Amino acid sequence: MLQLDHLTFRQGSFDLAADVTMSAPITALVGPSGAGKSTLLNVIAGFIPPASGRVLWRGQDITVLPPATRPVAMLFQDNNLFAHLDIGRNLALALTRKRPNEAERARIAEALARVGLQGVEGRKPAELSGGQQSRVALARVLLQARPLMLLDEPFAALGPALKHDMLDLVAEVASEKNLQVIMVSHDPQDAARIASEAAVVAEGRVDLPTPTQALLRDPPPALARYLGNG
Amino acid sequence: MAQRALPITTALLVAGMVILPVTAVLWRGGGPGALGPAEWAALRFTLWQAAVSAALSVALAVPVARGLARRTFPGRGTLIALMGAPFILPVIVAILGLLAVFGGSGLVNRIGAPLGVPRLDIYGYHGVILAHVFFNLPLAVRLLLQGWLDIPAERFRLAAALDAPVWRVLEWPMLRRVCPGAFAVIFVICLGSFAVALTLGGGPRATTVELAIYQAFRFDFDLGKAATLAALQLVLGLAAGAFALRVAPSGGFGIGLDRQRDRWDGATPMARAADGLWITFAAAFLLLPLLSVAVAGLPGLAQMPAEVWSAAARSLALALGATALTLALALPLLTAPGETAALLGIAVSGLVLGTGYFLLLQPIIRPGDVALPVTMLVNALMALPFVIRILRPGLESARADYGRLAAALGLSGWRLWRIVYLPRLRRPLGFAAGLTAALSMGDLGVITLFADGDNATLPLQIYRLMGSYQMEAARAAALLLLVLSLGLFWGFDRGGRGHVAA
Repeated sequence: MLQLDHLTFRQGSFDLAADVTMSAPITALVGPSGAGKSTLLNVIAGFIPPASGRVLWRGQDITVLPPATRPVAMLFQDNNLFAHLDIGRNLALALTRKRPNEAERARIAEALARVGLQGVEGRKPAELSGGQQSRVALARVLLQARPLMLLDEPFAALGPALKHDMLDLVAEVASEKNLQVIMVSHDPQDAARIASEAAVVAEGRVDLPTPTQALLRDPPPALARYLGNG
Repeated sequence: MAQRALPITTALLVAGMVILPVTAVLWRGGGPGALGPAEWAALRFTLWQAAVSAALSVALAVPVARGLARRTFPGRGTLIALMGAPFILPVIVAILGLLAVFGGSGLVNRIGAPLGVPRLDIYGYHGVILAHVFFNLPLAVRLLLQGWLDIPAERFRLAAALDAPVWRVLEWPMLRRVCPGAFAVIFVICLGSFAVALTLGGGPRATTVELAIYQAFRFDFDLGKAATLAALQLVLGLAAGAFALRVAPSGGFGIGLDRQRDRWDGATPMARAADGLWITFAAAFLLLPLLSVAVAGLPGLAQMPAEVWSAAARSLALALGATALTLALALPLLTAPGETAALLGIAVSGLVLGTGYFLLLQPIIRPGDVALPVTMLVNALMALPFVIRILRPGLESARADYGRLAAALGLSGWRLWRIVYLPRLRRPLGFAAGLTAALSMGDLGVITLFADGDNATLPLQIYRLMGSYQMEAARAAALLLLVLSLGLFWGFDRGGRGHVAA
């Protein structure tokens, strides 16, 4: 359960306010681009300090923790893997600062197998397809083993079919490992596909999450304008 | 805050290493009242030759760059790449090449004499200017070519569609914007030129301030006068540096200069012939001296004096040491304040720093004993601004691309550098190291103040051989220096590119 307690932060030229609790297994943030969805994820992950307010995870204040010690793992829009390191080294960084030992190598292979890849440890990211790179990035998040997963439209560059596969895979592993997911999406179809709840981010405010299907059927004015059926 | 401590310490160290000798120079040099007629003459000549050299370089670069901008021909990319070479070319090597072409018994005189052309004498102010144009014409061409490439392709298409005069509507306005900056950069470079004036100048009509510093050291043993001149050069350098910073164009190292634009103008046979002539002239002017060094140097290689080999070994060690020192200083300084600290060094010439260190060290230690360490330090301080300029964009993009991922994985401090930044910087690091090594290898500056009998670097050894009219040995040593300088550059740069396939 993630609680944003009277949180305000700077987005471009205006301030954004959030005072909400997110507790659904998967919550989507929807709204026009530039409204601050990605910035909100960056505040939760600790990359951008908020102007005021607190971020609480299961009741614990994590507002001032550095990113690496938060219970958070994030999939970025791009650069989820170091291009100069092979897949094995990339994934090992989620576990250890040293060379991975036998047990750690086994965990890496297991995580890769979970996302449908095998034996790619020796390859560089550029040698994999876009879809495969997304899978490795997801494996990295699995190895980080943090209870809260943030998705900043990491699959935006994939084709529709691949994107749907990846979203389904995320939903699958999240429920398997009992992770909470917060995802940014500019495509309401993505939100409808896996997120049970969605929160509108628009006009300087983060709304309370509501069931996605109902929200999309009967959108509030700000969202309706964005969706183009207002 | 141990993470902040290292950059701050390094910045203070670098600033101190520049400010300390400069203070010594000012302390000892006295005010402008200490300047005699000879010093004023040196100042006048310095300004005059720099202005003439810069004006000639830019004026000649206009038709050459224009030709390169609108023609395609085999070897175009190579020629443009070669235009970057004078930056790492040891001055003394170029001088020997220019002597072989324009000198008393050089190519030009040998062809000209039977035709009744008056003998060309390269020693004196025209030699100084010739050498400066040789070094800076390619730089001017690259800067102007950048200007041409910055004109959007659509404008040429539009001009072609309207049948508008490309020169008047596109090229002339661009040149009016770019030329002052190019002039300023070359003017500043020529102000601080020492080795050219040392070898080709001299005498009351061709002595620069820097050369006068050297003469005060070597001929008059007058440290006070040297310090006065160094203070003068310091003021000159700072004023010119401030001026150049304001008008200078960016990106003399620009890559991608071999891009080609579609052009519809200049298709007449006359225009083609003119472009061809200008490009041929520039290529010949640049390549003939280098070729003649190679050709003239070969026969002497076998019987080079032993001093040449030991000087070469000394220079190699010096170059590698200066490279290591420069990178060690540069890495903590890859920030905006760090770049400012390092910029201090670029406004102060090597000879001024050398004079300062001489003044500081001379009461404590015999200057000859520290010739190599001081030269290494000054070379590093001189190279530092370039190296930081080269590395900073790479670090900033690595930070932008991977900063969040690294923070998410808890990488910081030395680990962050080892795992993320250094591998990402590999290419610019290789380039910067190659540049520093080649510059230090070919530098003929501070060492002339400090060296005594048996600690000459290779460029100084070549200068001594020239001074004692052992031209055969000098040419062979110049070829060796050329090979070593380019080899160092190539080796480091290549190392940075890495084994791409693996």
